[in-house]
Amino acid sequence: MTQEKHKELKDRAFAVREHIIRMSTDGGCFTGASLSCADLIVYLYSGFLNVSKDNLQDPQRDFLLLSKGHDVPALYGTFAELGWIEKDRLKNHLKSNDSIYWHPNRNIPGIEFHSGSLGHLPAVGLGIAMDNRLRGYNNRVVVITGDGELDEGSVWETLHVASAYKMNNLTIVVDRNHFQANMKTEDLIPLEPLADKFEAFGCAVKRIDGHDFEALEETFSQLPFHKEKPSVIIADTVRGKGLPSIEARADRWFCNFNAAEVESLMKELHGAAETTLTSETLTVR
Amino acid sequence: MTTYPELIKHTALNDDRYIVMTAENRAVVKELPPLLGARFIDTGITEQTMIGMAAGLALRGRVPICHALAPFLIYRAYEFVRTDVGIAHLPVKLSAWIAGFLSDGNGPTHQAIEDVALMRTIPGMTVFCPSDNADMVAMLPEIWASPHPAYVRLNVRPDAYGKHTPFKTGVAEVISEGTDVTILTYGMLLEETLKAMQILKDKGLSVGLLNMRSLKPVDEQAILKVAATSKLLVSIEDHFLTGGLYSIIAEVLLKNRTTANVLPLSLNERWFKPGLLSEVLKYEGFTGEQIAERILANLA
Repeated sequence: MTQEKHKELKDRAFAVREHIIRMSTDGGCFTGASLSCADLIVYLYSGFLNVSKDNLQDPQRDFLLLSKGHDVPALYGTFAELGWIEKDRLKNHLKSNDSIYWHPNRNIPGIEFHSGSLGHLPAVGLGIAMDNRLRGYNNRVVVITGDGELDEGSVWETLHVASAYKMNNLTIVVDRNHFQANMKTEDLIPLEPLADKFEAFGCAVKRIDGHDFEALEETFSQLPFHKEKPSVIIADTVRGKGLPSIEARADRWFCNFNAAEVESLMKELHGAAETTLTSETLTVR
Repeated sequence: MTTYPELIKHTALNDDRYIVMTAENRAVVKELPPLLGARFIDTGITEQTMIGMAAGLALRGRVPICHALAPFLIYRAYEFVRTDVGIAHLPVKLSAWIAGFLSDGNGPTHQAIEDVALMRTIPGMTVFCPSDNADMVAMLPEIWASPHPAYVRLNVRPDAYGKHTPFKTGVAEVISEGTDVTILTYGMLLEETLKAMQILKDKGLSVGLLNMRSLKPVDEQAILKVAATSKLLVSIEDHFLTGGLYSIIAEVLLKNRTTANVLPLSLNERWFKPGLLSEVLKYEGFTGEQIAERILANLA
């Protein structure tokens, strides 16, 4: 990866994190989960996937599906930075005059399918991948899941089927931030050894640091990992990445900060001291 | 085309938008794998994956026709039907095997007798219950060609009536008109209801009969007409009392600020006693003779 490209990705991810923080007030959003996958989403939309605001009707474009829909602020922030939607539009978060709310929906250009209920989009992605295969297209379908989401049996059911049909055009990316809603995954329903589980379900697996653009580039450029298997990338990430005051904290999944905290967190993102959070810890699930 | 296998074969072979899917229920599609190749998809015993996958295919312009036993197709996968097919309003067609009394000896795990209730609550979902094989084959081309999601209680039983009129979505089939009593029914119970109607007519009663093959959209005008012209309405269904045809009639009457005497013959707050279909009908009081007796008792 060139230095210019690396800087472009880093700058864009930084701007996306600013958007996420700005959306974490006046009702709030799933800040921690959005920050963990911001680098992944920025990387995928910054040249890897063949999808742009100009080819959203092209049936041969690549598809990205956000199965852990509650991290959609990362996606909206990316769309805003790429010019797919107006940056000002993000101020409509949770307003009834727009469709920008806690989970993705197809009223926003670039959102391929709605989500929010976990464990659905691996199956929907499998359907899209099957249609691509029937048409003889070689475009990709990438589905981002959470790690807590892997508790849902439907994910594994779909992997079974995808593997039986040798769907090498389907890639599952796990945002492995090591937390589910209120707890560490390993303290509630342990997932490890996770790579072994995916392999046992017939997938070809690689595990990387989900915040390292060089590693992302090196890994994604190898897709598909096996010519007869679905690919799985376990991206180890940090919940709340970029804001030390909320990083890897079980109690900062959904955040509704007050205005002073938002300003302080913005400074924190820019390298200032940690923020003293006084707003209520929210448990939404 | 006189059978489901012939119809689906003809439909899918002539239009490559159609994808035939099954969660390992091949009863009516067993000839199709070699004919359709990759457009026949058996996902194994995975109703949720099948429905999610169908949504993905439909999103790309396909029309998936999904097969499974009714309770697994729409109960196991209910949230996938509601969330993936319903919210996106995709033309996924649900072909439900052994709904209602047709699960005969399987027991309550297999009894889809709340299917109409559940499916009609999904915005945009259409719901159809053909009364026999001929009715079904007449209905499916329009249902499959429509841009809406659809739930169909498959029914391959022999022709009960012999004179089905052409199908139109949202229109009831008027089999008979009468002023003493009008029976509204759907699905496989039309056969016994026809016998009941004859018994009542033989006793000198003026008896109407509507085949409510399209439950959503429903023929409101037909319901309002018989409510105004018949002294008694009878709803007959192999479905729970809650949420099925009886509820539909009540909703239509109330919406139009009218009322009627309505006798519901349904399953009230319990699953039916499993057995051979003929045994089930007798035990639950749904043979032609029993239906006639229950109506006469109400008239007395």
